[in-house]
Amino acid sequence: MEQIKLVIAGHIDHGKSTMIGRIMQDIGALHDDKIELLKAISKRRGMPMEWAFVLDAMRTEREQGITIQTTQVFLKTPTKSYAVIDVPGHKEFLNNMISGAASADAAILVVDAKEGVQDQTRVHSYILRWLGFDSVLVTINKMDLVNYSKERFDELRFQVNKHLKKVGIISTTILPVSARYGDGLVHRSQNMSWFTGPTLMSSLDAFWPKPMPMELPLRLPIQDIYKFDERRIIAGRIESGKLKVGDTLMFAPNNSTAKVRSIEAWGVKLPVLAASAGQCVGITLEDHIFVERGFLASHKTNPPVQTYFFRARIFWLANTPLELGRYYKLKLTTIERIVEVFKIEKVIDIFDLSEHSGNQIERNMIGEVVLHTRAMLYLDEFTFNPHLGRFVLFDGYDMVAGGLVFIDKVQELGLISYKSLQQIPSVEDHVTIENRWRANGHKSGVLWLTGLSGSGKSTLALELENILFRKGWQVCVLDGDNIRSGLSADLGYSPSDRHENIRRVGEIARLFANSGVLVITAFISPYRSDRARARALMPSLFHEIYVNASLDSCKKRDPKGLYKKANNGEIIEFTGISSPYEVPSSPEVEVNTCKQSINQSIEKMLSYIQAKFALENNE
Amino acid sequence: MDHLDFIEAYSIYILREAFNKFDRLVMLWSLGKDSNVMLWLAKKAFFGHIPCPVVFCDTGKKFPDMYSFQKKYTKNWNLNFIRQECPPIEEIDPTLTVSVRSAARKTEALKRLIHELELQAVIVGIRRDEESTRAKERIFSPRGENAEWNFRDQPPEFWDHFMTKLLPGNHIRIHPLLHWTELDIWLYIQRESIPVVPLYFAHNGKRYRSLGDMDITKPVTSNADTIEKIIAELLVTKIAERSGRMMDYETEDAFELLRSAGYM
Repeated sequence: MEQIKLVIAGHIDHGKSTMIGRIMQDIGALHDDKIELLKAISKRRGMPMEWAFVLDAMRTEREQGITIQTTQVFLKTPTKSYAVIDVPGHKEFLNNMISGAASADAAILVVDAKEGVQDQTRVHSYILRWLGFDSVLVTINKMDLVNYSKERFDELRFQVNKHLKKVGIISTTILPVSARYGDGLVHRSQNMSWFTGPTLMSSLDAFWPKPMPMELPLRLPIQDIYKFDERRIIAGRIESGKLKVGDTLMFAPNNSTAKVRSIEAWGVKLPVLAASAGQCVGITLEDHIFVERGFLASHKTNPPVQTYFFRARIFWLANTPLELGRYYKLKLTTIERIVEVFKIEKVIDIFDLSEHSGNQIERNMIGEVVLHTRAMLYLDEFTFNPHLGRFVLFDGYDMVAGGLVFIDKVQELGLISYKSLQQIPSVEDHVTIENRWRANGHKSGVLWLTGLSGSGKSTLALELENILFRKGWQVCVLDGDNIRSGLSADLGYSPSDRHENIRRVGEIARLFANSGVLVITAFISPYRSDRARARALMPSLFHEIYVNASLDSCKKRDPKGLYKKANNGEIIEFTGISSPYEVPSSPEVEVNTCKQSINQSIEKMLSYIQAKFALENNE
Repeated sequence: MDHLDFIEAYSIYILREAFNKFDRLVMLWSLGKDSNVMLWLAKKAFFGHIPCPVVFCDTGKKFPDMYSFQKKYTKNWNLNFIRQECPPIEEIDPTLTVSVRSAARKTEALKRLIHELELQAVIVGIRRDEESTRAKERIFSPRGENAEWNFRDQPPEFWDHFMTKLLPGNHIRIHPLLHWTELDIWLYIQRESIPVVPLYFAHNGKRYRSLGDMDITKPVTSNADTIEKIIAELLVTKIAERSGRMMDYETEDAFELLRSAGYM
């Protein structure tokens, strides 16, 4: 018999724990000695029988009459088996609420007949929506306190439906109950003969466990590699799809492929030939390829999305707010990446559902953000494959957020950020970049100089080119002089033309770098997003060099007289004067041409080039 | 996958996470049905191997059947076995009630072992449905320097992402059977033919539902002398699994206090 996981949500003191305790009693799931014990401890506190004490097991919970920590109890009826998850209703304990609700198949929202929709009714329903629930069952509890009134029930049904609609949830069923007296839970209520609908227990028959995603493409995140004996076993849980012996698997991020030789298992009589979603498997491969924890196996025909940027809807759990530009550790199944908060598009206050913009996301708020990773990440859209479309963020060792992946509109960000693997051409028959490096005697890439007009970018770029060329390097400089006169001759200086110009520079730099050349670009490139887009084109080849000089000294230098013109209003939107310069948050190299001489800056860049682009003898 | 396949797979996932995240970890083996299932699951997770020491906290007061079971399966299952002797009762807080004080010997033995071996993690076969404070546990449950459990401030745990933070002197309790019920355990023992101590089967109208020290554990009235009969009994019983464990009942919060102080 399959088990259904059911979470009971709702506002403080609307009767969640009481309802579960009472159902257990009414279906005979409570042991005799437990009932005696509960009677005794209720009596000791001068209370009538308190069903909530079945779940509120801790002394502080009983004494304060609240649920602090999420708990689970198990129920069995002749037809179904349930794990019922009780969660706290206080906003201080939303961490615990999410920890409980995240694994549920179905949800019940409890609303007090007297109080109606309250703060935590709103918060919990929004969290349920965020977790992916699009429908809930609602119980209007404590009907005894409103004299089992049909009018009050109808009024609340309207109120609850209106609220849930706003959140984006459908209430499949709304039932009047009194948990304390057992009305409408397991037995029909004598006090509400006007209600012709089902009891809570019979409504639960409509619930089923979420099916294992067997029909989705194969996703097998690697959990560990075992070498206990002569076998090298690659272990992991199949999150979706199926695999069988003989299948060719492709492992992200390398995208190397190998055939499944065997599916290993201990204590089985017949060899295992196939496995599917939900199973923890161990496989051996026919070819010896490098695989480690955090790799993701799929079939070649249905690979995951591979991306450096993605949108996410995150729930922030930590006391310290999330900040734009900060780095966090992302964990998605067994995959771990450092991510930067690249953009905060929207912050949603789940208490009043208002939306605002900002550079922070506070505790218990939901944010729509764009995250950026430097190393390729592989995932699926949450709505397509939940197991590969949800992640958590850690700050140090603390879990600070949960998030869902949305990639549908990522291209609108103007970031060329994800590609489907089918589009990656096979390179086996081509000259590889490594072939070119060996021929040239050094590696290639792009040194992307960014900084204010007059900071010294062109001077440094041309001097570096000179030195490296004389050493025999394949090197070239791209700057305003050679790009604006030809490739971008059709562009002006409006913001959109400037974005386009930088986009072209990125593309041309990548082509040169892929052909083995060390490219040095010298453009103000004031926008972080433009630079990130260029980086995303060629993450392993891109090196950001921040040429730092104060605005005052740049104005003083003013080699082309541009600042003077800008001040006179002859040039509009001039970086540093009438348009912003966004300082790089973590450039690979920073040189300061106010504090260092040209030679010192050149030395610093040369030693970086030596470290990153020199070819070892054996490479 | 049926229900047993599903809960088995989840336990295997947890055990593999535990082994991946911690170098110095042990698994507790109380010789009871649950920890036998846990050892069995470890063999499945690690393809016939149990890649960490298996620790038995010996109070010296277990039933003779339990000791002979321990000897037999330490050898049969090729365990890396550690017998950790519990300190004498005189070394335990005398203000505790009788059975709780007796049970606390195990906590103390475990704490000493954690200290000696500088353990990062201890795998324990507790279940949510056996006792209502255990129902409040996380799968990866951090413990302080004195092995204490702070039930209120437990870290968030969802989508199978677990707390692996370790402050100096702290350790993590890992609970791979938290989601199993007593009935699940017996159905699985039946399906997999996992050996258990014979005391679980009825003899002269009595059997043990839960095994502990001889002096603080009582049998229940039962005629279930086969696994099939035990399963049938569990479907209708009105008696709690741990009703024979005296330390649970001495005061209302006896077990809560015991667990907050580091008991399993």
